[in-house]
Amino acid sequence: MIKEILKILENDARTTPAKIATMTGKPAAEVTKAIKKAEKDGTILKYKTVINWEKAGNEQVSALIEVRVAPQRDVGFDSLAERIYRFPEARSVYLLSGAYDLLVLVAGKTMQEVASFVTKKLALIEGVQGTTTHFLLKRYKEDGEILAGGEETKRQPVIL
Amino acid sequence: MPRKKPNNTSKRVNQIAPSGIRRFFDLVASMEGVISLGVGEPDFPTPWHIREAAIYSLEKGYTMYTSNLGMPELRRELSAHLKKEYKLDYDPDTELLITVGVSEGVDLATRAILDPGDEVIMADPSYVSYSSCVVLAGGKAVMIPTSQKNGFELNASDIEKKISDKTKAILIGYPANPTGTVMSRAKLEKIAEVARRHQLTIISDEIYSSLVYGVKHTCAATLPDMKDSTVLLGGFSKAYAMTGWRIGYAAGNKDIISAMLKIHQYTIMSAPTMGQVAAIEALKSGKDSVNEMVEDYNRRRRFMVKGLNKIGLPCFEPKGAFYAFPSIKTTGLSSEDFAERLLMEEKVAVVPGTAFGECGEGYIRCCYATSLADIEEALKRMGRFVGRHKG
Repeated sequence: MIKEILKILENDARTTPAKIATMTGKPAAEVTKAIKKAEKDGTILKYKTVINWEKAGNEQVSALIEVRVAPQRDVGFDSLAERIYRFPEARSVYLLSGAYDLLVLVAGKTMQEVASFVTKKLALIEGVQGTTTHFLLKRYKEDGEILAGGEETKRQPVIL
Repeated sequence: MPRKKPNNTSKRVNQIAPSGIRRFFDLVASMEGVISLGVGEPDFPTPWHIREAAIYSLEKGYTMYTSNLGMPELRRELSAHLKKEYKLDYDPDTELLITVGVSEGVDLATRAILDPGDEVIMADPSYVSYSSCVVLAGGKAVMIPTSQKNGFELNASDIEKKISDKTKAILIGYPANPTGTVMSRAKLEKIAEVARRHQLTIISDEIYSSLVYGVKHTCAATLPDMKDSTVLLGGFSKAYAMTGWRIGYAAGNKDIISAMLKIHQYTIMSAPTMGQVAAIEALKSGKDSVNEMVEDYNRRRRFMVKGLNKIGLPCFEPKGAFYAFPSIKTTGLSSEDFAERLLMEEKVAVVPGTAFGECGEGYIRCCYATSLADIEEALKRMGRFVGRHKG
């Protein structure tokens, strides 16, 4: 049941337990209990909003940074990843297969700010062997939402 | 004095009463801010991978007619699909025909089967085109009343009572528009038994076959010894959200398919090529998209049914399609009055049950293939309306 609840919440975090109960055909108390449990055990990390910041007039600069690192004995990539993800500038950090190891999404107010984080912080961490910075030029889709607005479905008002 | 223009239209066409519902539709279309629960199609656009395949085909120049039967690849895919879904074997070269939606399929099947005066038995209420197609084919539609009491299911013994020496076919459509009824296999077997005994053809419109919730759809052609005497009509519109592409199919024995093909080749030539390409992609890799949409409809279905019951419009649980068919009898209003006043007073559009037959009186069709927010708002407005009109 929890998976179905999570799907509904992922799509709209404001859906009330009562509504979820109706949609899933489960008792409201059970739904509330399942959500509480998921919040407690970290299945649900946080409820947040997908925002088109450009539209809000608040432009920010983002960059995707490929990071090549030397894995360390016993801890592999985890401890290095932690050194990186502790920085609030690192919005997302992923370990990848392929030509480089970690992908870090960095956000800042200006290009300068992002560049300075990379050169003065990230690149200097012990074990980091190299970085390649890709500045983000345009967002088309964010977390499954198309920023230019979705599609207009035009249906006839009544169809038998 | 100008002479009165003579009526040059055929008696056959004139037998079909002008649809009174048209005026209501025009009224809906003329109003702003209406929430419509009256739309009989998915609110999802066609999944992108299907649209993308069609766009690619246009770029490649697939813009010509196809074989009258439909593209061989589509028929092969369809044959494999029916085999996989129902363990049915249809020869793609002689037993499958690609049509312009199930709408054309119903027209072809009735024209291929009926001689003047032949009778076709069907449920009241049922989808609007069934009886009209029978009449246009020169036949007579024999309606069997169904009611909420038995979930609007067609009963074998009721069918048997209406069989005459003119009866040629039984036309069924489950999951049903407008009621959302799904027939159990056991009940369908009884109908098949009657059909076999009286050597009747079953024309089965299964356009909503993929849209079932917590129950299994029974394909009429899988009933014992019924494959040869069933014309199975299906399509892509509802399951894959492809209404505008106009692609359906007919599956049946080779005599009936070749009879249907005769009409199809002179009236249609071939179903839209672009749509056929899209249908191939839908069959090859559309299953996940369908499952996702079905899950979503199911949530809204529960929401709609509970909401209707709560505001005092008793509604049996529809297990298929995307319609709820609540009773409005507590208001004392006729279906048409209810629909029209609800539209004028609260700007919610529903379809009066009488659009689907006399037995639809006292009911309205509410489609839940509409955003949850709209369903919620519509229910709120309907609740106010019902509160004011309680008889």
